[in-house]
Amino acid sequence: MIKVGLFIPCYIDQLYPQVGMATLKVLERFNVEVDYPLDQTCCGQPMANAGCAADAAPLAEKFYRIFKDYPYVVCPSGSCTSMVRNHYDDYLKGKPGLEELKKKTFELCEFLTDVLKLEKIEGRFPYRVGLHQSCHGLRELRLAKSSERMGNPFSKVSPLLESLEGITLVKLSRPDECCGFGGTFAVGEEAVSCMMGKDRIADHEQSGTEVLTGVDMSCLMHLDGLIRRAGKPIRVMHIAEILAGD
Amino acid sequence: MDHSTRAAQFIRNEARVHWHDQALWYVRVKRDKMAQSVPEWENLREIAAQIKAHTMSRLPDYLEMFEENATRLGAKVHWAVDAREHNETVYQILKNHGVQRVVKSKSMLTEECHLNPFLEARGIEVVDTDLGERIVQLAQEPPSHIVLPAIHKKKEEIGELFHRYLHTEKGASDPTYLTESARGHLREKFLKADAGITGVNFAIAETGGLVICTNEGNADMGTSLPPLHIACMGFEKLIPRARDLGVFLRLLARSATGQPITTYSAHFHGPRPGGELHIVIVDNGRSQILQKPEFRRTLSCIRCGACMNTCPVYRRSGGHSYDSVVPGPIGSILSPAQDPQRYYSLPFASSLCGSCTDVCPVKIDLHHQLLAWRKELVLQGLIPFSKRLTMKVVGWVFQNTWAYEGTGRLVRWIVPKLPRSVLYNRWNVWGKQRELPPFPKESFREMYRKRKVQGSEARNRK
Ligand code: SF4
Repeated sequence: MIKVGLFIPCYIDQLYPQVGMATLKVLERFNVEVDYPLDQTCCGQPMANAGCAADAAPLAEKFYRIFKDYPYVVCPSGSCTSMVRNHYDDYLKGKPGLEELKKKTFELCEFLTDVLKLEKIEGRFPYRVGLHQSCHGLRELRLAKSSERMGNPFSKVSPLLESLEGITLVKLSRPDECCGFGGTFAVGEEAVSCMMGKDRIADHEQSGTEVLTGVDMSCLMHLDGLIRRAGKPIRVMHIAEILAGD
Repeated sequence: MDHSTRAAQFIRNEARVHWHDQALWYVRVKRDKMAQSVPEWENLREIAAQIKAHTMSRLPDYLEMFEENATRLGAKVHWAVDAREHNETVYQILKNHGVQRVVKSKSMLTEECHLNPFLEARGIEVVDTDLGERIVQLAQEPPSHIVLPAIHKKKEEIGELFHRYLHTEKGASDPTYLTESARGHLREKFLKADAGITGVNFAIAETGGLVICTNEGNADMGTSLPPLHIACMGFEKLIPRARDLGVFLRLLARSATGQPITTYSAHFHGPRPGGELHIVIVDNGRSQILQKPEFRRTLSCIRCGACMNTCPVYRRSGGHSYDSVVPGPIGSILSPAQDPQRYYSLPFASSLCGSCTDVCPVKIDLHHQLLAWRKELVLQGLIPFSKRLTMKVVGWVFQNTWAYEGTGRLVRWIVPKLPRSVLYNRWNVWGKQRELPPFPKESFREMYRKRKVQGSEARNRK
């Protein structure tokens, strides 16, 4: 039985507990033994992205201490996973086991595809679904080919969704443009951030999205905030909630 | 004023923002199509990145080689440490030749050095001959894009401008008509000019030659009539060999405008018979970037502008919101290198989506550079204290799990009890246009603990 340490990002823990539960369910459904170490808090990305390296470093160390001995670490967030994999060198360079920790830390869909080698998931989801390809998942983890790059298209996310019965993945006019969340950017550059978000939503509306989903709850939180303020009839769900089959 | 304030002003006119966004997205899509037509695209990018990295690693050698070869061809090479010295050098050359009228072909470097006002103050007429450049020059505005300097202007606005200065028909906004009128007007200027100033796209160390790419042929026009040609370049324009040129020319036009090749690629090897060619090589802060290994890749930039066209922030905030000669992602890392105090907000004018990095033909890791700049600015103490303090406090809370759990519980308990009018106050920037996320009763860890207890109870009962 594969054993994983579950990393639930701080804002999912506090604001979207159901996403954490769904992640747990998805993993257990495929016979993964999941342990959630209770001392965890945050990967340090908010501080790191604000340039405050000194405040991010102790959090990277905390993460390292808690998770380094698990065979795998799984996290339902592309952006926090990327923090570990692509940015922890800045804080932990030379620590024993860091290289392995970076390699064994996975975003949920990536774990399902790359480690569990799942090609399809049983379940039914008879809705028109719009996939928000979050930037860090896309361009830092390479969960799919970004539209700027040439070469053969691939995705570690959409085949999982498409394997569900009754689902339709909508086609967007700009398949992978940023939603404008960007961490502190969402507040520091409020005007641009909201404009970007509204444009994303307009694209989904035009494509007939009923349920908007993605691997990053942070982007979805921003889009959901705009959708609810405007009273639009689009439901927002983290991909784990869909894959868990509730 | 910082970027977010200027961006917010631009965004007030929503219809215009959409128009601006669409205009640039159109170029981005054209670029995608053209890149797709080159099967070895990603390979080319890699080679281009390596050539540039190699050049920068041996820059003094290549510069010397270039100077030697260019001089051998009959050009005169000048060195300028900063903008002031660049402007003085150009002025002295012009003065020595008794030049009154200059035609200039698009050069971001002369823009960077503010050459126009410098020369104008000394009684020399300077005319920008690239159509877009001419438009912003008439409007007395800086360019808002490095390849499409007047992309922020609608054709109706250009019509008005031309009506005022070039006496085109009032209300005329047909692009063909306007372009024709501008051509006629510029032809006059070309014929009367005493000297031509151009930028440089590529300077070849091995041959001492220069390559200048334009779509309107204005560099060729500006240099073939007047006897004096002054070419101004930052030292990063160097490439080692003539055979490297093919790599860059294929990438440049496709990335910039989605054309297979630039309409005119003019090659200059020494002065034309009877003429003079002066090359001014400028540092102006570049050697400082070169010295910092973490920022060195910035100097690989070939100024194609693709990162601007793709940048979702640039498209929605407009070039002028960056208040810098080079806007967009690349400008946001070049500008703070020159003046961190003035440009401290630019590295934060990005959601770090990484689209710029993936589009860049020379593979500059732009969004990582932006992040590195944020760190650098914090170290230099240029970030507002309030922001630093917030991060300190939040960081401390995250370090102490008990404090984190306690704060979380408190916030989740209080917020749902607050009336809307209190919650959505003017300090709640998030809530200006967005609803706050839900504040659930239980956190995930609380649910997880319970589930575990239930699980073990169930097992005990068995
Ligand atoms: S950074 Fe790259 S994409 Fe941007 S202008 Fe320079 S070469 Fe082009």
